[in-house]
Amino acid sequence: MNTAVIQFPGSNCDTDALHAARLLLDERAQFVWHTEAGLPEGTDLVFLPGGFSYGDHLRSGAIAARSPIMQAVKAHADRGGFVLGVCNGFQVLTESGLLPGALSRNRELHFMCRPVHLRVENAATAFTGAYQAGQVIEVPIAHGEGNYYADAGTIARLEGNGQVVFRYVDNPNGSLNDIAGIVNERGNVLGMMPHPERAVEALLGSEDGAGLFHSLKAALVNG
Amino acid sequence: MSTFKAKVFVTLKPSILDPQGRTVERALSHLDHGNVGGVRVGKYIELTLSGTREAVETQLRDITENVLSNPVMEDARWELSEA
Repeated sequence: MNTAVIQFPGSNCDTDALHAARLLLDERAQFVWHTEAGLPEGTDLVFLPGGFSYGDHLRSGAIAARSPIMQAVKAHADRGGFVLGVCNGFQVLTESGLLPGALSRNRELHFMCRPVHLRVENAATAFTGAYQAGQVIEVPIAHGEGNYYADAGTIARLEGNGQVVFRYVDNPNGSLNDIAGIVNERGNVLGMMPHPERAVEALLGSEDGAGLFHSLKAALVNG
Repeated sequence: MSTFKAKVFVTLKPSILDPQGRTVERALSHLDHGNVGGVRVGKYIELTLSGTREAVETQLRDITENVLSNPVMEDARWELSEA
């Protein structure tokens, strides 16, 4: 599985993302700079990493969402290609309209950096097939603006369609319905605030995030 | 062709919790300004644009609604004056 990790000025989890992709998906994973017009030939997965793109000025993810490479990312998503946005990457996905809703300041205003427990709500997506529905996994968070918000109609639609993929066991930031990660309707774009790429080896304290990458690999093989 | 100065005001929608505003309100209360309520913290953005008024208004509306604010959670309004 060929991964393109998009780098924006201010991305800081790009190396973690590349490491996880090379370790668990394919050695060919590579960085792609935000000013590029296109993705590398044969890209299967676009990984929008965490960090503070453009210093989070204006709104987190807002400027990155309007950078040249995002046109190619949207086209990739429209073709059914996989897109994974983690943390700032999730913010970029909502800002670019690839996922509904928005992420605002944490309820308590604090930047939070610690492991949290997530419940896998939907194990029937390309991103979660290797997990069991209801399984609780431990993955770190590191964000100041992870408070998921969408209007009532959007929340009802997400819940009704099974688009809420991960839910916090102890909601750290005030997200509506304890939402930690969602997929688009088609199921090929996932955005989540916690960092699965930082939990892929025992050395990192948890291997629970590896399942997400195993799921993607299996999904690609099985079409 | 003229030069215009635009002032754009972005605030969180009333239905969205504004933790920054709430924190400021609490701080004011601790500073013996207990009669102050309804504190909301927003953003103020200045721009200079050139063109005809009609073209500049169209452009400013686009910039305000599609870049400077996120309509999912924010309201935005602008004022335009000839510089």
